Amino acid sequence: MSNNQEREVLLSCRDLKVSFPKGKEKFYAVKGATFDIYKGETFAIVGESGSGKTTIGRAIIRINDSEGDVIFKGKKINGKLTKAEDREVIKSIQMIFQDPATSLNERANVDYIISEGLYNFHLYKDEEDRKKKVVDSLKSVGLLQEHASRYPHEFSGGQRQRIGIARAMVMEPELIIADEPISALDVSIRAQVLNLLKKLQEEKGLTYLFIAHDLSVVRFFSDRIAVIHLGEIVELASSEELFLNPLHPYTKSLLSAVPMPDPEVEKNKKLITYDGSCHDYSVDKPKWVEIKEGHFVRGNDAEIAMYKKQIENK
Amino acid sequence: MEEKNIVLSAKDVVVKFHVRDRVLTAIRKVSLDLYDGETLAIVGESGSGKSVFTKTFTGMLESNGWVDNGEIMFEGKNLLENKKNRDWEKVRGAKIATIFQDPMSSLNPIKTIGSQITEVVMKHQGKTKAEAKEIAIDMMDRVGIPNAADRFDEYPFQYSGGMRQRIVIAIALACRPKILICDEPTTALDVTIQAQILKLIKDLQKEYGFTTVFITHDLGVVANMADRVAVMYGGQIIEYGTVEDIFYNPKHPYTWALLSSLPQIGVKGEELYSIAGTPPSLFNEIKGDAFAPRNPHAMKIDFEEEPPFFQISPTHYAKTWLLDPRAPKIEPPHEIKVLHQRMVEMTSKGGAFYVE
Repeated sequence: MSNNQEREVLLSCRDLKVSFPKGKEKFYAVKGATFDIYKGETFAIVGESGSGKTTIGRAIIRINDSEGDVIFKGKKINGKLTKAEDREVIKSIQMIFQDPATSLNERANVDYIISEGLYNFHLYKDEEDRKKKVVDSLKSVGLLQEHASRYPHEFSGGQRQRIGIARAMVMEPELIIADEPISALDVSIRAQVLNLLKKLQEEKGLTYLFIAHDLSVVRFFSDRIAVIHLGEIVELASSEELFLNPLHPYTKSLLSAVPMPDPEVEKNKKLITYDGSCHDYSVDKPKWVEIKEGHFVRGNDAEIAMYKKQIENK
Repeated sequence: MEEKNIVLSAKDVVVKFHVRDRVLTAIRKVSLDLYDGETLAIVGESGSGKSVFTKTFTGMLESNGWVDNGEIMFEGKNLLENKKNRDWEKVRGAKIATIFQDPMSSLNPIKTIGSQITEVVMKHQGKTKAEAKEIAIDMMDRVGIPNAADRFDEYPFQYSGGMRQRIVIAIALACRPKILICDEPTTALDVTIQAQILKLIKDLQKEYGFTTVFITHDLGVVANMADRVAVMYGGQIIEYGTVEDIFYNPKHPYTWALLSSLPQIGVKGEELYSIAGTPPSLFNEIKGDAFAPRNPHAMKIDFEEEPPFFQISPTHYAKTWLLDPRAPKIEPPHEIKVLHQRMVEMTSKGGAFYVE
């Protein structure tokens, strides 16, 4: 990651905060996230439900209002935009949602669901071209041509998610926010979809923001990983570095919870449970520190000193 | 395994569904013995029939589905002779309980947690309200709800996903069932919560001695939970054996493919092993081996005749022509042979999943 400085930043979040009203007060689901996503990379945000990982994705695609800056290709996009800019951002950033049951229009058939973006932006030559695009995207996600005329309720959860992926891909966006895109898919299809996402990335220079809870998938799939816990990014590093030198106790607990496909290994496994009370931030406040080139971790001075020692001892 | 008692025995079960004027055969002649006190994992993709098969144990098939053939022996009776709902109610919940994937949809959102547990206790055990409350709080305590008595009157929305699943488990176990069917119980949960729930089910099993059928598509979870594993594909069990048989000496090419395609064993920068194609459509009659069209090792006979079960060891059986003495010797893929070694490396010092 030594060439980070020279790499083109596609999307940048600066002190991104997202709040929801809680009575008269505000509840911050994302408490100030700062990270860059480079063009062509896969940047993963890993965390558990309630951590705010999905909310970050939704703030970037502007479903949720946010404070701070979301900068896409050098332009701040989380504020007022002209209509033309707005359309451009919508087309360029597509999302694959977490819950395929609620993200598909129940009253529309698959053909229309996939074509809706094409219709809105008129991204097809003629009816034949549109149909071809729909069929191609259906096939690429492991569905059949005959599925185009069916309705979402006729599909299993896994198949619905594939429709959602097809819908995003057909727009040919630059950045895809993939929110748990394979969680609902079967293992054999997961591998197909991951390979497909990788292939599309290579062919089209796509950039992914990959939101997931499963570190085993993220390890294989991502270039850089941010671990988020309760609205706060606690660690960020390249994929290799994060797995080699996990520093934050929360990262370690996530790692230990990944079920490994080996009975002997599983039976001897030690689970690490994370308890936020292991941090004493009453006096010594936590900071976001680059502890090694490209490896950031959240901690107070005492913890940072300890983490430094851990890295040196490796 | 030999001395173990069979608690439930399914024989030649065939399940069909009416779907828009067509008949879909979801389960194609499946037989399975369940041993007392064991954890049997049923692994398969969606549509492989793993849920549908176990739903026949409790008569919970959707209204457009029916058991076309077979018998399911439980406590000396063929469960499939149950015709009325009243007959099923003596089994369902009372002797064979099921935990589903989504705890929110298994719980009634407008009734308190406490009342949902006591309801079951009162109905099945004939206890008074006060007795039932005591049992309910005790159960909540056992499944790890802190301050159970205080949280008795709360509603499901006040519980987190993991806590809700704990409640569902408490409800399922309130009647001390003989068999607990866990249908993807942790799929909707976070990994750290999943680890807790899996441990909870194992601990409770030790305490209560029930038999667990664990339905999942996650082979990591299988490795963690199972004593025995049955792999399902296209409405049939295609391989079964002890957990060691399946993970360390798999024989069916579909089991090979499933294990090889796991992201846990993926090497970064390389393509993940993936199974080409999609599972077969169960609307059509399947000729030969259902996996043949996706199987790179498929032989001519795979497309013509359904393979029988071949015995590999007293515990291990696989339904593939590759085990026929006349078949050519096919080595399992490289990923399978190095799986254990790779997993050990990954979880020991210096490995990606090593944690101090």
